[in-house]
This record gives sequence, structure tokens and C-alpha cells, in this order.
Amino acid sequence: MKRTPMYGMMAEFDSPTALVAAAHRTHEAGYQKVDAYSPFPIEGLAEAVGFHKNRVPLVTLIGGLVGGLSGYLLQYWISTSSYPVNVGGKPYHSWPAFIIVTFEMTILFAGISAVFGMLALNGLPMPYHPVFNVPRFAFATKDRFFLIVFASDPKYSPAETRRFLESLGGQAISEVPD
Amino acid sequence: MMKTENENGKQHREEVCPGKKLSLDDAHARLADTKGPEFWRSLEELAGSPEWQEMMHREFPKGASEWLDSVSRRGFLKLMGASLAMAGMTACTKQPLEPIVPYVRQPEELIPGRPMFYATAFTMGGYAAPLLVESHMYRPTKVEGNDKHPASLGGTDIFAQASILEMYDPDRSQTIAYLGNVRTWGNFLEAIRGPLNAQKAVQGAGIRILTRTVSSPTLADQMRSLLKLYPQAKWHVYEPINRDNVLEGAKLAFGQPVETQYKLENADVIVSLDADFLSAGFPGNVRYIRDFAKRRDPDSGKMSRLYVVESTTSATGAKADHRLPMRATEIHSIARDLAARLGIGGAKAGDGDAEALLSANFSTCAALDLRSHAGSSVVIAGDHQPPVVHVLAHAVNQALGNVGKTVFYTDPVDSNPVNQTESLKDLVADMHAGKVDLLIVIDGNPAYDAPADLNFADALKNTNIPLRVHLGLYQDETAELCQWHINEAHYLEAWGDTRAYDGTVSIVQPLIAPLYSGKSAYELLATLAGPSETTGYEAVQSYWKKQHSGADFEMFWRKSLNDGWIEGTTFAPKQVSARTVGLPAIEPTPQNSIEINFRRDPSIHDGRFSNNGWLQELPKPMSKMTWDNPVLIGPGTVSFLGLKSEDLIHLDVDGKKVTVPLIGPTMTERLGLKSEDMIEIELNGKKVTAPVWVQAGHPDNSITVFLGYGRRRAGRVGTGTGFDFYPLRDSAEPWFTVGVSLRKTGETYKLATTQGYQTMDTPVGQRPLVRTANLEEYHKEPEFAREEEPPKELTLYQPYPYEKEPYAWGMAIDLNSCVGCNNCIVACQSENNIAVVGKEQVVIGRHMHWIRVDAYYQGDRDNPKAYFQPVPCMQCENAPCEVVCPVGATVHSSEGLNDMVYNRCVGTRYCSNNCPYKVRRFNFLLFQDWETPQLKMMRNPDVTVRSRGVMEKCTYCVQRISEHRIDSEREDRKIADGELQTACQQSCPANAIIFGNINDPNSRVSKLKSNPRNYSLLADLNTRPRTTYLAEIRNPNEELKT
Amino acid sequence: MDHQQESTTNNQTPVIEPGYTFGTVTDKISSIVLTRPTSSGWFVGFGVAFLLTMMMLYAIGYLFVKGVGIWGVTIPIGWGFAIINFVWWIGIGHAGTLISAILLLLRQSWRNSINRFAEAMTLFAVSAAGIFPLIHVGRPWLAYWLFPYPNSMGVWPQFRSPLIWDVFAVSTYATISLLFWFVGLVPDLATLRDRSTNRAAKIVYGMLALGWRGSARHWDRYETAYLLLAGLATPLVLSVHTVVSFDFAVGIVPGWHTTIFPPYFVAGAIYSGFAMVLMLAIPIRKLYGLEDFITELHLQNAAKVMLATGLIVGYGYIIEAFMGWYSGNRYDAFTLWNRLHGPYKWEYYALLICNIVIPQVLWIKKLRSSPIALFFVSLVVLVGMWLERFIIVVVSLHRDFLTSSWGMYYPTRWDWMTYIGTIGMFLAAMFLFVRILPMISIFEMRTLLPEAEVKE
Repeated sequence: MKRTPMYGMMAEFDSPTALVAAAHRTHEAGYQKVDAYSPFPIEGLAEAVGFHKNRVPLVTLIGGLVGGLSGYLLQYWISTSSYPVNVGGKPYHSWPAFIIVTFEMTILFAGISAVFGMLALNGLPMPYHPVFNVPRFAFATKDRFFLIVFASDPKYSPAETRRFLESLGGQAISEVPD
Repeated sequence: MMKTENENGKQHREEVCPGKKLSLDDAHARLADTKGPEFWRSLEELAGSPEWQEMMHREFPKGASEWLDSVSRRGFLKLMGASLAMAGMTACTKQPLEPIVPYVRQPEELIPGRPMFYATAFTMGGYAAPLLVESHMYRPTKVEGNDKHPASLGGTDIFAQASILEMYDPDRSQTIAYLGNVRTWGNFLEAIRGPLNAQKAVQGAGIRILTRTVSSPTLADQMRSLLKLYPQAKWHVYEPINRDNVLEGAKLAFGQPVETQYKLENADVIVSLDADFLSAGFPGNVRYIRDFAKRRDPDSGKMSRLYVVESTTSATGAKADHRLPMRATEIHSIARDLAARLGIGGAKAGDGDAEALLSANFSTCAALDLRSHAGSSVVIAGDHQPPVVHVLAHAVNQALGNVGKTVFYTDPVDSNPVNQTESLKDLVADMHAGKVDLLIVIDGNPAYDAPADLNFADALKNTNIPLRVHLGLYQDETAELCQWHINEAHYLEAWGDTRAYDGTVSIVQPLIAPLYSGKSAYELLATLAGPSETTGYEAVQSYWKKQHSGADFEMFWRKSLNDGWIEGTTFAPKQVSARTVGLPAIEPTPQNSIEINFRRDPSIHDGRFSNNGWLQELPKPMSKMTWDNPVLIGPGTVSFLGLKSEDLIHLDVDGKKVTVPLIGPTMTERLGLKSEDMIEIELNGKKVTAPVWVQAGHPDNSITVFLGYGRRRAGRVGTGTGFDFYPLRDSAEPWFTVGVSLRKTGETYKLATTQGYQTMDTPVGQRPLVRTANLEEYHKEPEFAREEEPPKELTLYQPYPYEKEPYAWGMAIDLNSCVGCNNCIVACQSENNIAVVGKEQVVIGRHMHWIRVDAYYQGDRDNPKAYFQPVPCMQCENAPCEVVCPVGATVHSSEGLNDMVYNRCVGTRYCSNNCPYKVRRFNFLLFQDWETPQLKMMRNPDVTVRSRGVMEKCTYCVQRISEHRIDSEREDRKIADGELQTACQQSCPANAIIFGNINDPNSRVSKLKSNPRNYSLLADLNTRPRTTYLAEIRNPNEELKT
Repeated sequence: MDHQQESTTNNQTPVIEPGYTFGTVTDKISSIVLTRPTSSGWFVGFGVAFLLTMMMLYAIGYLFVKGVGIWGVTIPIGWGFAIINFVWWIGIGHAGTLISAILLLLRQSWRNSINRFAEAMTLFAVSAAGIFPLIHVGRPWLAYWLFPYPNSMGVWPQFRSPLIWDVFAVSTYATISLLFWFVGLVPDLATLRDRSTNRAAKIVYGMLALGWRGSARHWDRYETAYLLLAGLATPLVLSVHTVVSFDFAVGIVPGWHTTIFPPYFVAGAIYSGFAMVLMLAIPIRKLYGLEDFITELHLQNAAKVMLATGLIVGYGYIIEAFMGWYSGNRYDAFTLWNRLHGPYKWEYYALLICNIVIPQVLWIKKLRSSPIALFFVSLVVLVGMWLERFIIVVVSLHRDFLTSSWGMYYPTRWDWMTYIGTIGMFLAAMFLFVRILPMISIFEMRTLLPEAEVKE
């Protein structure tokens, strides 16, 4: 008999400590597809849910390099080949004067790629998400802490997982419809 | 040639300002159904209509209601040009009655886009300034001196330069008027026929003709023949700035009127007795400046020495090696003293009064110098000094054997040399006696500028002369009091002839047909003489046909027109001998009474130029004053040179000598005056209130007032500017007198000077801006000016290889030659379409002159040394302005020019901030006049007309450079040295400005730059200016310690 | 760091008053926006600020019609109020970035309660500053020519000009500040989304919150990005005022051409910035009862920063004067003399009193912890810093090399209207901000609570 597709099983905790502990235990228990939600960043929670490769710094680095290079090359090309004019007897390639724009371009591109890189990697903006179906999830942006085991997890079984989460002291355990 | 020109001139006016200039719809409607002949009448109605008045007036509240005065003032000044439809219609929508020739075949000599030059002459006070006038498509656009003519040698004076604006002045009278209503020439002819016939019967006993000084042979001849026709008629002559004293002096000395000319190139020692012979308005000044400058070259080995005694401050005094400020009333005594020391009878040493003894030291040394240079010296007496002083000058020159070497006597240039004051007196007497039935005033303005005691205006108004006719460029104060006004044709619009100071006659060629179909004096006189009408052309030509009868007249005529003068008309020197005994004595004047000097204004002369924006905004040579004529007064203890913050004054810097105040409290102390205070001047019962300007070097117990301001009916520019001092001026003592009383009113008045700070001294040391030395010092240390020049290799960069270019433009300005005559400023303004900004804008420092002449004072405030320094753009090779421009609107050309790309400029003004010479000018508001058709016609088509929000500055007349480059390339040659001149250089009478190719080691500019005196301004900034200066060398007399 | 120890060790000045939970913190701050009724005082204040903004628009409109000639600028003083105000506003902006970025890197957790509106202030100050370079040019409709873009004229900007550097520095600064601010806002917007009862508000905040749900993975990337932004903003904020100072230091005008400018411009910027932060924080915490979050500690720390930067600025003045004398350069020497004795000497003395003398009272702890005293000292400092820019721009220009070209500067009423107008615009924006966005970072406040610590 087929049931409506589920997104995962969510448990609620009332302190960051409890959440981190629960996350660790869940992970140790062999669950891989786990995530946690908190009203503020919690040290070590990401590791606890098994998140390791954060690629935001790489994106930012690339952005910065692109910005800096394009900035300098633009000035170089303009001042030496596209529109070379004698300005106050200065050489066409007045590199000291070009450093500032190069610097600013580096910062600008790096900053933009950091922010938009982060959003992209987070898959934001995303106006709809299954977890929003859980009524109490509104407190995830106030003072409650949530742990979810995704239905896509191989070890996931409604009964088994619910029991496990209860054993962690999770409250108001509910299945999250997809 | 002239015919085609006339036609094209007419037909050109059509092109330039088409009828659509009429901005007002209702005006349109009214004009739509008018045809040629009736047009005038409809215009007259239009001009009179209430809507019209309303429209004309609405402009003012709109401007006035703005918060910032300067803005509204702009609005007002723009009206000077923006004479709206009024000018537009009369000037431009007139349909010529005769058929005009369409422009199908190109007339010979005219290449579109290429200017043509015509020789002509400008006349002021009877003395001609020979000119070459540049004409673009038959529109005169620029006045240059006639370099072939001995009286010019290429130089001009400011009045000639600015006369181009006068011609295009939209405020010029544009119609013939009867009682203020528009009439036609035909109407006038009808009106005058009757009275003339009536006069026939009485031999013209009731006819009086009043002219200004006339040197035109044709006009004089016409006048004489008119007087033959009407033997009882009288010809009166009057100009407020006349030479009566010179004339009387000559009569006294020689028993006959003679003209005195000087050859300053032969003069080793020059003594000026209050003669300002280096400034515009003095007959022959252009030539005198050239000759004087030639002899000021310290490297020539025979540099001349100049002694000046003067009653006010002047450019001549500024150039003096020894200057003695002295009240005008006492100068006769020093003349006497001088004569006595040279053993001239009728005067003994120390004659005169105490003041003379004070100056004994001065006159002894001057006398010694004169004697030791007998035959190569000259004494020049000022026009406004009494006849006696002139006689003494003649005597001294004769005694020294200068006559025939430095001094020459000829027939007078004035073709009717009468005492003009007397002449006017007689006229007024006749007017009161009711003897005058027909008065014809030919371009003069006696109602404004006649001596106060004659009450000319009053007489004109109340002696009910049946018929009063005024011929003039403007509907001025006199026109107001005459029933008939005839709008005169400007000299650039009419035929004529005139004499230069040396007697040489020039034919005055018109460059354009009269804009408002004005009439010239020649045409008016011809009409009076009747019966048939004669054009000015016929009048002038017929006179010269009489002089030069012969088959080759056509040749003679064309040659004269082409050269700009008539062969063999130069006066030959006369042999006369001066009477030296029994000179009338002059009673000494009371020491304690304050003296007042009446002088012509350096910029607007006797007032005739007061509607000329260029001249109004031209800084006066010494005070740098614009738009006003404050009373000059000696410094006393007020802050030095009009400096507002006393702190700046500190004269014993670098061992410089300390200020020595005069013995006893000086006048300004007594009156507690400072610049811009208002005072009330009272002279025999008449009062005038005016601001004072404390002028360093002005003699104490004396004030100088300048005539020509305070006009009531000058035009939009001139009306109401400055203060009118004619009401204080008496026919008895027209130039100076004592017994004036001053009262401080307590109010102050804002004056607009372009240079408030006229000292190089600062509390922390002197700035080496103008570098000077005495001749001896210079010979000891020729390189004295070269300090602080950083070595060329002192740079991290690879310098731009200018030496590889065919041309590297540079300029050298010889401070020794410059006499601060301001010609370069007006010439530049005319060449480069530079806007006039108005007094309020000058006050806040927004004047637009691309070249300025800085004047610096140094030393004793009561008799300081003064120096002039013309400052155009320096065209720095390391230009600080270029580096900071974000859009590259000012960049360097391969020939070393600091170019301005007006179209690219966004107006950050950073370049101006970073320009150490502050030669950049910014269009803070819409300074240019974009409406007035006349001013559009006047502009130089080769130069962009800058608009609001754009930076502008001198570019070495880049338009001229390009023109010559194109020519030379077409002829496959290099531009020859001297072939290419900047506007300032070309007009400079002193040859102080030399421009050329510094890549050519043989060019004049290269030679000057290799002169040891050559230095760059602010060299220590390493801007590497292309414009450099030659240090000023003075040649003082070692015995004389001033 | 040490501040935090201080706050924990001696408990009279904690970062946040005890007794708060995640919930109460959230409610207290979000209620200001969501539930609290808008006071009539707010409407009056906003109304006044709005009218001033309109006045500014009028003045700018007239400027565009007539030209910069309606201002007091002239030759030789080509720059007047416009550039003075530009530098002044940009400087004020610096405090926001400094608090949010540099203090973040330095782990100064006390910043959490003031960084949000400090950043907002930065944004508004920078936009106020940004107006002036655009309108002060002679042909504002062509100001875009300062940007390098391919055009039919085939010409490009001139990259040796400090004004071009300005364009890049200021626009970068504005962009990064905006991003930084918005990124910081996202989690709080999510909070408002979930707290608000009003449907419209839900939708708007929901949109802005980008669907934030506080996932552990998101928080991880979020913090990295936030930290990186801080790391980038730190050199940026230092560079911006350095570049602004180049506008002068690169010129050859005596009084401009000096290498001390970059450091002391930056110090001056932070100086005035903190002054503005205090002038805003003091009334806000009072009016909205936030004394528990913006505590005496914050005021004291801000005061200490002002004291420090003020001393740096003072050092700058001393070196300037010393060099004027020591260089032996006749023009620099005169510039010094002219400041002390010239026609603008009173402005210079006022500057010294406002920036150097009066702020020394902050050495006194009692005054340092008195909001009233701090408010007035801040006011004085803001005036002083404005005067400093007046001295640099006007007094240096009005008497430079050639005595013949000296002049005076008289601002017109249009100058004043534009200047005061921008203050109005700044305040209007602040009023709107406190009304519709959480003026304190809620999620960062949560992290300050003891419960936020994860106990092993």
C-alpha cells in the first residue's frame, strides 16, 4: 500500500546543546541525510550533520582575481592602446596610478561573488520549502531548534526513525509532507 | 571690389540673422503683413505698443527676483546682447528695397572660410589708429594694427581693438528719430530743406555746427565749402579730452599751433612732466611704446632711462626708473627748476615753491642726466599741464638740441586747431543770445561731457533753438535734447579719411554695409551743402581726385586703400624756435588745500565707450578696477594696496627697505579712509558722492577722478555704471584745481577689481614672481633670475620627446618691454570670443580673461616700484591640470600645447584648483550671449563659443596655429618664424610677447629663451612652462636715491 | 575581546542586561516594527526631515536650471560646500562599516547590538555623499562620462585622476555596504516573516527573507560569506577615505600636497562616524527603551574609539603644522601662517576647539558614561570635522601660489539649502529604517545570551 510521499521526519529541541548532541547521535547512528535548523548559527552544528565542504571561499577568491585582473587590464588597454594621450607628461602606462582602481575592482568582485555565491550554494532564494509545512517550524526563527532526517535517507523508516528521535529527547516529532 | 562687398554684406545679413529670430508670436503676427517701406512704421508702432513695453520689462523682475544677485545681474547683462526682437528686427528682418544679388558666382578674392584683411583706420580725438581688419565672409571680426604703417607697426590700442564690439553693439542707435519716433532719411531731408533755404537768405547766420576734433581732410574740406556757402555759419569744435593746453603752449612758445612728435628710439634720457605717453589715448602712443621698448633692452648696451613726475599713478610712472609723485598744481615748479638748472632764461634754480625744493634732488639729477645726453634726450609735458609747462618743455628740448633728433615739430593734425573750450563757450553764448536757428551736433555728446559751468545741456533744452540735429552712434544724452537724431554709421560701415599723429592720411574703408543704414558725417555735410545727395564714397574720392589729379588716379586710389595710407601725406618737420623768456608766472598753490585731478578713464576714455562691455570689464592698468571709477587717493596708513587684512603687510622682509611714511599725517589718515568708503567731494558748491580707492604711489593731498562714467543714456551696459565727475569740471580749470573738500559719508560701495592683492611680499617671505634687478646688478650677475630651476633630468619618467616633433610652441614675455597697456587682453577677448560677465561676477572673481596683466607693487607705499606681468596659460609640459582631469578634457598635444577639449569637459573645476597660475576660467553660468544676432555676427568663426559649465583657457590661439599649419603643409614647407602670431603678440605695441617654435634654435623665441634673463614662473614646481619671462631690469641713476 | 572580558568580569556594564531569553530578545526587538504603534513623535520627526529633503530637491533643481554659479564657488576656490559635504558624509559613513566589519573580525561581540543601524547609517550617509560629486560638476547631465564605457566618441576616462579613483572607490563602497547590510538582515527578515500577523507584511518580509530557514548548512556558508565580506570591507573602508584624501594629496596646492592625509583622513572619518553613531544611538535607545541592549558599555566603548581617533587627528594637525614650518617651503609656510592669521582664522581656531580641546573631556569616566554629555561632544565633533574639511578645501585654495590670484569664498543660501537638505534626507531615511526594519540584529543578539553556548 502506497502512502503520500514524505520529505522527512522532524524533531524539535529547546536548546542548542540538545540539538548539537542529537545531531551527533543521529549521525553516529548512521543517518547520512540529516539537517538541523536553528534561530542563530551554532558552532559545530554543521559538522554534526556531516557538512564539510564549504566552497564559498573558493568562489570569493576567483571573483577577486577576476575583478583585479579585469580592472588593471582595462586601464592598461585604454591608456596604452585604445586611447593613448599625453597627460601632463606622464607615461601612457602609469602603473602606480592604476593600482587604486585595480584594488577597488578586486574588492567589488570578491564581495559580490561571496554574497551571491553563498546564496547560490544555499539554493536561495527559495520561497517554498517542505519544512515550512510544519506549523511549529515558525519558531525556528525565534527560539526553537529542529532536527530533520530526510526520507531520502537509505536508513529512513517512519517507525524506526520516529522511535530513534524520541530516544534523543526530541519533542513534537512530526512527519514532513513533501 | 567694394561693390560686391556691399551687396554680399547686405545679402549676408540675411543669412546670419533670418527673420525667425523674432521670438515673440505677436510681433510675428504684426510683422507678417508689413512690406519693406511700411516696415519702419509698423516697427515704430510695435515698439510703442503696451504689450511690447510689458514684454521688455518683464525680463527684469524675473531676473531681479532671483536670490543671488549675480545671477540676476547675468540676466541683466545678457540683455545687453539679448536685446530681443528689437535689435533682431531692425537689424535682420529688413528687406532691402533694391534687388540683391544671389550668391551664384564666387566673387573674386573670396574663398569661403578664409578671412580677408582690409586696411582702414580708427580715429579717436582726431588721431588715427591705422588698422587691418579681418573679415570673415564680409563680416569684420577682428582688428589688427597695420604693420606697414609707421604709426602702428602692427600694434594697436585698446580702443581700436574694442571698436569691433562697438560696431556690433545692439544698443547702437538703429533708426533716424524725430522727437523719439522713428523716421526715415527722406523725412529728415524734407524737414531740413526749409530751414536751410531760410538760412540762405541770412548767409547761414543761424547755423552752428559742433563737431569733435576733426583730422579728416575730406570732412574739413566739406566743412570749409559749407562755410563758403553760408559765410555767417560757424563751426565749433569740442571734445572733453582736448589738447587746448598743448595748443596754447605751442602758440605761446612758437606763436603758431604746431604738433609735437617724439622719436623715443633716439632718446637715452626721457623726462616726463606728468605725461602718460605710454598709454592709450596719448597721440602716437602705439608708436611711442614700440620705440620706448626698443630702447629698454639691457643687453643692447644703450638702455634708456626714464624720469617721471606725475600727479597720479599711470603705466608710464610704473615703467619709470625714477618716479616722483607730485601734485599736478606743483609740477610747473619742477619744470621751472629743471629749466633753470639747464640755464634757460626766465627761470632761476629753486624758483617755484617749497615742493620744488623737496624734489631738488630729483630735478638736479634729471637735469644733469639731460645735459650729459644733450641731443639724445627728451622732455615731454602732459596734455593737462598748463601751457607754461609746455613752453618750458619746448625750451628745454631746444636748449638741449633735441629738436630734430628726438623732438619734431609739424603742422597740427587737427584740421581746425582752435581752443575747444573757448569754441564751446562761444557756442553757448550764441545759444543764449538766440543767434542759433539750426544746430547740428556731429558725433559728440556735449550734453553729458561739456564743462559744468557752461550748462550746455541746460542751454540746449531751454534756449529753444528751432532745429537741433544730432548725428551719433547712440541715442545719448545729447540726442535726447535734439528734435532730430540721425543714427551714425560706424567707421567700419562708412567711407572716410583721417590722419595719424604724424600726419599720414589713411582712407577709412568700410568693411560692411551699414547695419542700420546709418549715415556718416560726410554724407550729412554733403546733404547740407546740397543740392544733390552724395555718398561718403563719392565725397572722399572726389576730394582726393582734387588732390591727386591725373590719369593714374585709379592706381593711386587702389594703392592707398591697399596700403592703408596715402603716399606722401606725412607731415614734414617744421623749423620753429621756442621763445624762452618772459614766461607768465603761476602763483603757487596753497599747500594745505586738497587738489583734484580730472583724467580720462583708462578704459572708456571720455565716456564714449561706456557701453562697450570689453572695455568696461578691462582692468585699469594700475588699480585693476573694472566697471567703476573710484576716486584715487594716496595710501596714508590704510592697509597696504587695498589689502583687507593688515597682517599681510610686513615690508622689511629679506632686508627690503621699510616703509617710510610722509612727514606729517597723510590725507587718508586725516580722513580715516579706506578703499570702498564713500566720500562726498565738494568743489565750489557742487557735490559728488563716490567711493575711494587707496592707490599706492598717489601723491598726497590730492585725489584723481576719472571722467566718462555715470552715463544716463549709454545703453544696457554703460548706463548707471560708476560716477559722473563732469559736474565738478569747470571750463576755467578743466584738468586740475585745488580747494576741493572731502567728507566721509560712512557708507561703503563694492568695487570690482580683478586683483585685490598687489604685493609679492607675504609675512613668511617674498615670492619671486616678477624678478627684477638694476642694470649694474644684472651686468654683475646676469643669471640672477635663473634660481630654483630644477634640472631637466630630474624625473622618474621618460620625458615626452617633444624635440622630435617639427614644432614645439613656446612663448617668451619680456617684462622689460611690457608697459601694461592691456592690449593683449582685449585682443584675446576679441579673437577668442571671450564673454563679458558683469560687475557682480567680477566681484566674486569670475572674470573670463584668458590673459591677464598682473600689477605688483613693491617698497614704499607712497612711491612704490610697480611691475607688470602678463599671464596667459603657461602651457606646462608637466601640466598639473591635465593629470587631475577625470575625463581627459585637457590633454597635451604633440606640439606641447595644453589643449582644452570643450566638448569633453564636464566641469569638475579640479584643473583650475590644481593650476598654480590660476589661468583657467570657468563658465559658472551661461556667460555667453546666444541670442543677439549682432553678437553672433561678430564672433570669430574659428573659435568655439563656450557654453555654461565648461572650463576654458588660453591655447596659444590654436586656431591660428592650425590655419598656418594647413597652409604650410599645402605649400610643403615649415611654418616660418614670425609668420604665425598669437592675438596677444600681434596686438602688442611693445613687442613684449614673442611666440614661436622652440625646436628651431634660430627662432626669435628660442633666442629670447636662451637670454640669461629668461626664467619660468614658479619654476620650483617643475611644471616646465612653455611660457617664460624675461626678468625686468631697471636703469636707475646711481646719484639719485629715491 | 578585552571589552568582553571586562563586561563579564565587572558586571556593572554588560553587553546585554541579564534575564533575557531567545524569545524575549526576539519579541522585544521585532515588536518595535511589528506591533508597537507608530508614535506621533515619529510622524513629526519624519515630516520635518521630509520637508528638508524637498528643500534640497528644490535647490538642486534650481542648480540644474542656472548652473553652479548660484553657489559660492569661484576662481580660485573651485570647490566649495559640495566637496566639503561629500567628504564629511563619506567620513561619517565609515563608522558603520568599521563597527560591522572590523569589530567583527576583532570578535568585539558588543558590536552586535549597534552594527545594524550603524550599517544603515553608513548606507544613508554614503548616498547623501554620493549626491554631491554628481551635482557639483558644471554639466551634471554628462557626469556619466566618468564611468569607463565604450562610446561612439571613442574616448575613455583618464585613470590618473583621483576623481576617477573616487568613482570606483565610492561605488564599490556603496555596493559592498549594501550587500553586507542586506546579508545581515536576511535571518531577521525571516524572523519578521514568521512573527508578523499582517498578511501584507508576511509577503513583503517573506520575499526579502529569500526563504531563509536557518539550516545548519546555510548558517555555515552564511557565516563564511559574512566573515569574508567583513574581511573585504575592512581594507575597503580604509581605502575609501584614503582615496578621498588623494583628491587633495595628489594636487599641488599648498595645504593639499601632503602625505599625512590618508591616515588622518581615515582617523577623522571614524572619528566623525562614531560621533554620528552616538548621536543616533543615544536618542534611539531612550525612545525605544533599548537601554538593555545598547548599554553604557556601548556608549563608553564608542567614546573610547572617538577619543583615540580624535588624538590621531590631532597628531595629523600637529604634523601638518610642523611640516609647514620645517619644510622651509615658502608656500607651505604661508599656508600655515594663513590658517593662523588669515581671514579664515576663526574657522581654524573653532576647528581646533571642536576636534581637539573639547573631546578631551572623554577622559573622564563620569562624562564618558553620561548620554547627555556624549551627545553634545558628538555634536561638537561633527561640527569640527565639517570645519576641518572647510579648512582643507577653502582655506588652502583661496590663497595659493600667485598673490595676484588670491580670492575669498562666500557660500550662498543655495549652498546651505543643499547641505541642510542632505541632512534632512539622511534623517528621513533613518526614520523609515527604524520603523520598518529591526534596528538591532536579532539573531546576533541571540548569540550573546548565555544559553547560546553549546555545553559539552
